[in-house]
Amino acid sequence: MTSALGTVASLAARAGGSVVRQVLSVLEHGSGAGAVSAPASGWLVVSINREPTEIDATSLPAPLAAYGDRIQTRIRPAADGKGTELAVRLTQRSGNASGPARLLGSDPQGDLRSALRKAKQLIEVGEVLAVDPAPHGRRSATPAGAALEAVAKRAPKGGVL
Amino acid sequence: MKAVTWRGVNEIGVEDVPEPKILNDHDIILEVGLSVTCGSDLHLLGGYIPAMRAGDVLGHEFMGTVAEVGKGVTKHRVGDRVVVVSFIGCGQCWYCENELWSLCDNGNPNPGITEALWGQSIGGCFGYSHAMGGWAGSHARYIRVPYADQGAFPIPDGVSDERALFASDAAPTGWTGAHQAEVKAGDVVAVWGAGGVGQMAARKAMLMGAERVVVIDRFDNRLEQVRTHIGAETLDYEQVDVPAELREMSGGRGPDVCIEAVGMEAHSPGPQYLYDQVKQQLRLQSDRPTALREAIYACRKGGTVFALGVFGGLVDKFPMGAVMNKALTLRGAQQHGHRYVPEILDLMSRDEVKTEHLATHVMPLDQGPRGYEMFKNKEDGCVRAVFRPGG
Ligand SMILES: NC(=O)c1ccc[n+]([C@@H]2O[C@H](COP(=O)([O-])OP(=O)(O)OC[C@H]3O[C@@H](n4cnc5c(N)ncnc54)[C@H](O)[C@@H]3O)[C@@H](O)[C@H]2O)c1
Ligand SMILES: [Zn+2]
Ligand SMILES: [Zn+2]
Repeated sequence: MTSALGTVASLAARAGGSVVRQVLSVLEHGSGAGAVSAPASGWLVVSINREPTEIDATSLPAPLAAYGDRIQTRIRPAADGKGTELAVRLTQRSGNASGPARLLGSDPQGDLRSALRKAKQLIEVGEVLAVDPAPHGRRSATPAGAALEAVAKRAPKGGVL
Repeated sequence: MKAVTWRGVNEIGVEDVPEPKILNDHDIILEVGLSVTCGSDLHLLGGYIPAMRAGDVLGHEFMGTVAEVGKGVTKHRVGDRVVVVSFIGCGQCWYCENELWSLCDNGNPNPGITEALWGQSIGGCFGYSHAMGGWAGSHARYIRVPYADQGAFPIPDGVSDERALFASDAAPTGWTGAHQAEVKAGDVVAVWGAGGVGQMAARKAMLMGAERVVVIDRFDNRLEQVRTHIGAETLDYEQVDVPAELREMSGGRGPDVCIEAVGMEAHSPGPQYLYDQVKQQLRLQSDRPTALREAIYACRKGGTVFALGVFGGLVDKFPMGAVMNKALTLRGAQQHGHRYVPEILDLMSRDEVKTEHLATHVMPLDQGPRGYEMFKNKEDGCVRAVFRPGG
């Protein structure tokens, strides 16, 4: 028993909380070149549940309009009634933000991803859903809590979209 | 206001928290009448869903009275008695329009976390971690309900609070399982787990015309509830060989539809339990799939296995050979409640769906920690602990 547990424990040490690590790694490197989540072309794309005629490339919702000519836009109908595909990419892509740059708050690809999500919500629902401030009790200052807070803060920009 | 909060693994608190405010035009603020513990909360309590923070307000299955409405809300007025679906769906995206509400593109403001875990994010859920949106839960005097025209439903006059409460989560989850598994007249349906969810899945399977519905568990009082209040047959997995009994009950074929309503912390009498538990605790596998394995093994060739129990991440020793060679259809879902609640409330008003027996222990919010302890350990025959924030 002890030895079986020992084996499992050493395996665990190697695998090191694979689920949490997976989340952190995609959030960290989600838009890094060659990462699972980012196409080489740099296009980020969402499908919007609206007819192509209802989406005007010249007057996109504010979060994208604010980019002006710093982004390229592509709009095309999705097959089979799945709405319209809206794709955006940065005109100037100077490589992706490194881990340290991202910690300092510079993550152009993440910012664009977040703007695209907001634009989709504005077109589909008419408003961007806010969750904070949500009622909560005392936050205890643990390393795990702090790590989670950092992850949650980046979550609107992160992911594989 | 007072609220029941997650303080850490196996630690529940009662705290003073700020009252919620309307933040979006489609919000309502609900004065919570009743709010109930769910098997899903046990996964949070045990620390198996990683994105909880100390101080998060728990609770996602609830009903109450509308206290305030946002200016975009058209269907509700102050004073209306409503039940709210635990999942948050916008009603406008492709998934909502196609009645796959828990897959809503817009209900989770933190999509990055679940995209990283699963490749895509799904909708949000009240009181269910920052991975599912960071929405405050319902074990509190008030809760903010976004997209309220979609997720809140008026309760018919003849339906009691105690009955309507379970139209929020347990019943629509059962409905999702039986309906999406496409139960047909004449089917034999087996359901693992005799909690609120399993009982409701069994009820829906019966209403869909299944010839035999069998619910499997080891707790006598729960199996007794299944026989008395649901009208299905039961098996005690500690007393009998479940796949063998199911084979006999289905003419040697195995059940046509197997619904798993247990989830990632399944218990097992065999040696695999220790193996799964050790691996789970060491985080080598995040979920313990005992009942799911048995469902796959028991299911007839070409049948359907439906995972209603919540799984968060990875399972080990998954019987892929049986899935592939027996040509099984394997499905799962969080509940698509918005689609089923109107039907459920109608059936409740005609006494064809009864749920109040699930509310075995009703108590004030102050007793939240005790309520969770009773629910978790199934003390005193506890099937669900229900909180009444009004005292
Ligand atoms: N899909 C959804 O939208 C959704 C919604 C609500 C709940 N859930 C999930 O459904 C599951 C059940 O919820 P609940 O509230 O009924 O929980 P519960 O804890 O009250 O009931 C679970 C039951 O499963 C039984 N069980 C444990 N191991 C078993 C085994 N190996 N074989 C047969 N039975 C076994 C337990 O004895 C218990 O009675 C949970 O995983 C919960 O997270 C899913
Ligand atoms: Zn639930
Ligand atoms: Zn939606």
